Amino acid sequence: MRHHLTATLLAAGALLSLNTPALADWDKTLEQARGQTVFWNAWGGDQRTNDFITWVGEQTQERFGVSVQQVKLSDTAEAVTRVLSEKAAGKDTGGSVDLIWINGPNFLAMKEQGLLAEPFLSDLPNAQYLDLSPDAPAMVDFTVPTEGRESPWRLARFVFIHDSERAPNPPSDMEGFVDWAAAHPGRMTHPDPSNFMGATFLKQALVEMAPDPDALQSPVSDQAFATQTAPLWEWYDALRPNMWRQGQVFPENESIQQQLLNDAEIDIALSFDPASAAAAIEQGLLPDTARVFVPEGGSIGNISFVAIPFNAAHAAGAQVVANFLLDPESQAHMQDITVLGSFSVLDPAKLPEGAFADLPTAPALPTLQDLGPTLPEPHASWMTRLTEEWAARYTR
Amino acid sequence: MGRAIYQVTPPATDRRLARIVLAAVLLLILLPILAGVWQTLRAAAGWMPAIGATDAGLGAFRELLAIPGLARATLVSLWTGVATTLLSLALAAACCIRWHDRGWPLRVLAPVLAAPHAALAIGLGFLIAPSGWLARTAAPLAGWDRPPDIGTLNDPFGLALILGLTAKEFPFLLLMMLAALKQIPLSRHLRSARALGLPEAHIWLTLIAPQLWPLIRLPVLVVLAYSLSVVDVAMILGPANPPTLAVMLTRLYGDPDLMRLLPASAGSLLQLALVILAGAGVMGLQRAIRRHGPHWVAQGNRLPGLTVAMRIAAICGGAMLAMTLASLAVLAVWSVTWRWSFPDILPKALSWRFWARAGQIAGGPLMTTLIVALISAALALAAAIAWLEAEDRRAAPRAPWAEALIYLPLLLPQIAFLYGLNIAALGAGLPQGVALVTWGHAIFVFPYVMIALSDPWRALDPRLPRAAAALGAGPWRILWRVKLPVLLVPVLTASAIGVAVSVAQYLPTLFLGAGRVGTLTTEAVTLSSGSDRRITGVVASLQALLPILTYGLAFALPAIVFRNRRAMRAGR
Repeated sequence: MRHHLTATLLAAGALLSLNTPALADWDKTLEQARGQTVFWNAWGGDQRTNDFITWVGEQTQERFGVSVQQVKLSDTAEAVTRVLSEKAAGKDTGGSVDLIWINGPNFLAMKEQGLLAEPFLSDLPNAQYLDLSPDAPAMVDFTVPTEGRESPWRLARFVFIHDSERAPNPPSDMEGFVDWAAAHPGRMTHPDPSNFMGATFLKQALVEMAPDPDALQSPVSDQAFATQTAPLWEWYDALRPNMWRQGQVFPENESIQQQLLNDAEIDIALSFDPASAAAAIEQGLLPDTARVFVPEGGSIGNISFVAIPFNAAHAAGAQVVANFLLDPESQAHMQDITVLGSFSVLDPAKLPEGAFADLPTAPALPTLQDLGPTLPEPHASWMTRLTEEWAARYTR
Repeated sequence: MGRAIYQVTPPATDRRLARIVLAAVLLLILLPILAGVWQTLRAAAGWMPAIGATDAGLGAFRELLAIPGLARATLVSLWTGVATTLLSLALAAACCIRWHDRGWPLRVLAPVLAAPHAALAIGLGFLIAPSGWLARTAAPLAGWDRPPDIGTLNDPFGLALILGLTAKEFPFLLLMMLAALKQIPLSRHLRSARALGLPEAHIWLTLIAPQLWPLIRLPVLVVLAYSLSVVDVAMILGPANPPTLAVMLTRLYGDPDLMRLLPASAGSLLQLALVILAGAGVMGLQRAIRRHGPHWVAQGNRLPGLTVAMRIAAICGGAMLAMTLASLAVLAVWSVTWRWSFPDILPKALSWRFWARAGQIAGGPLMTTLIVALISAALALAAAIAWLEAEDRRAAPRAPWAEALIYLPLLLPQIAFLYGLNIAALGAGLPQGVALVTWGHAIFVFPYVMIALSDPWRALDPRLPRAAAALGAGPWRILWRVKLPVLLVPVLTASAIGVAVSVAQYLPTLFLGAGRVGTLTTEAVTLSSGSDRRITGVVASLQALLPILTYGLAFALPAIVFRNRRAMRAGR
């Protein structure tokens, strides 16, 4: 069955790619890439993602002679700094970073500092499966146009995970956390807002509570920040004293928070991957009773991208990897709950019928309907500002 | 008169080797440190043209001061650093008094000394967390069905950090004390003082400690500088909001907003100032005691309760060692666990699958760790032997400035010069990657190898080289055929220490490796902020096992090499 599917997809891909004008160029890229080792800088805190990256490397090695070496980061900003220090030292070619898993403020920083390679997305044959219209989700990163300087690979949706046995009735929206925490003191928390997921928790609340959510789509101003975040801080001040460790200490990231849920120190964790609860149960990392829930009005969603630095030593190889990630077969493998369980970034309308039909399922895996509407990310400047303001208010 | 057939004694002073060694040390150790500090200074003054910062001035410091929590981070750093040093010193002294005439402490200390800080910290975290092994053991008695909401880990006062650092630093100071005791006429002094009927603790405080102190002063300053600026342990056990200064700076160096490199560099100078301030505090204390101490003793004063306090401290030291061994054990338990929920005392389901995948998970980092450790330890060992041999030929005792030079890399906070060094190395067109990391490690391995090797080298029976010279051997032949074989045990021990120091390095690997160089330590620290304790357990166990096995090898080899030379096996 699997092989049949693969064959269909490959055939469809081959037919479609014949029409691509850049085909000749792509052949050149493939030729250059052969024998290269791509240093893919990617956050290394999630073993399943690490395993998936290893799988990608095996596949690209077999098919295109391109091997992948994952450089495991504890924070994506490390890679940004690395490219910067190379630029600082005048190292404009042969850089140590070939490909970065990136989005949001890190992307904005690299774009603004001129640390990215020329746009390459439209050169990738598999970009044909994407919706490439200018404000399509795959072309906008936290409201900032990507200009094709980064290529999407996995879809992220903000979800909560609760232990359905210890905490059977989680709050139905962000507002509800205040009462829930008052009734269950010390049983919930969020990652430190200097971490991406911690900031996302605050953003989810902001999107729900801002008097004018549309204002969040423009770059932040002092005036707008004061008006739009006022209800958020009021809510947070009511919530904080009832959080884990009285809201004085926060887990460093969502992985540690998931561990706290597993250790029964808390009852609610959060994730940017709707499949992570099911995956963690299967891995023995969460109790069988873990379930996903989403605030009633929907939750923030965004796309993870890969970008190529301006001085990448193996840019051709990096493009081959980026293209392979967009292959419908790779995307289906990625969406497989036993592999990664991340939702695909491809446009269903452009895919062959039934491309993702026979993926396995699990009790802790939500359906797309369960997840409700996807809310847009605020402009990246809001996140930076929110994090700074939180630190100024609560770091003493 | 014809020439003598051979020279009976080597030339009284031969400075050639000394000059070469000094030049090499200056070039390979002092120069990179200075270059790194220079880059840091420039960036702190607002000068970093590569990111468009050409506005020289105090802007970076103003920005640093505006960072929320900076004051608290600085105070917490100072507090945890000073408290760790004092506590380690007290525990080491108490254990030294109790155990100095016994052989077993060294054997217990070996694995503790060998295990890298990060592995120990990770294990300790598993042990003392509110849902950790200790709480699981206490749960049935206390009636907890879920972990108590108390801050035993990452507490704002840094108590967990102090505990974790002391667990590692006090055995180091204890070892230094035990080694220093050999250089003073201990038993004679003890005998005469006991004859005067003085209580034991008082004898040590007033008679032994003043002789011991100059011999352990530099190690104490090393512990102080290290505890004030440690990054990996503080990330795992330390306070979180705000973290310690060094962690705050490491994060600032990695901020996506690249202009943050400037306040990060300014903060590095603050960190440097903190270390200098604390070091000056120690020297000031030493001065005050030198001035008033003799008078105080002469008046016949005693510290009431000192004997009891020392006995309690020795028990605490023993408990600390037990806790450390338990931390290493819990790493091993997690590495073979499948599921282990609170409040089970032992895992519900075991699994070997993570060890079966160890090659895939950690094979690359393991190889890198081995290569970097072996090469940097070999380099440091060669340099140390050359240095000591040069001292012999120069026939003069080591100057204080030379001693300070050897210790310099350990007396400065790493964060003050490593990022700058990376920029300087890039600017100089040096190759990145494993080679640079190995060099960086060697900078920090060399002092420890010197510490380990200097005393045994000086303790070498001078009649042996003299006899060899009388038989016509030249200085190189004496080195190869007499000194090194006789010193095989300390040389191997120093190598093992060198390997252990290299394996434990975190910041040099992170900053100099351009992230491409992953060792077991960087891997373990990264994994410790992930969600899978079992894999963390595998990597941290490997990280701890590697230096422990090296120590074991260093102990075992002489027994094999000298199986027919009974007198050589005992070591020094």
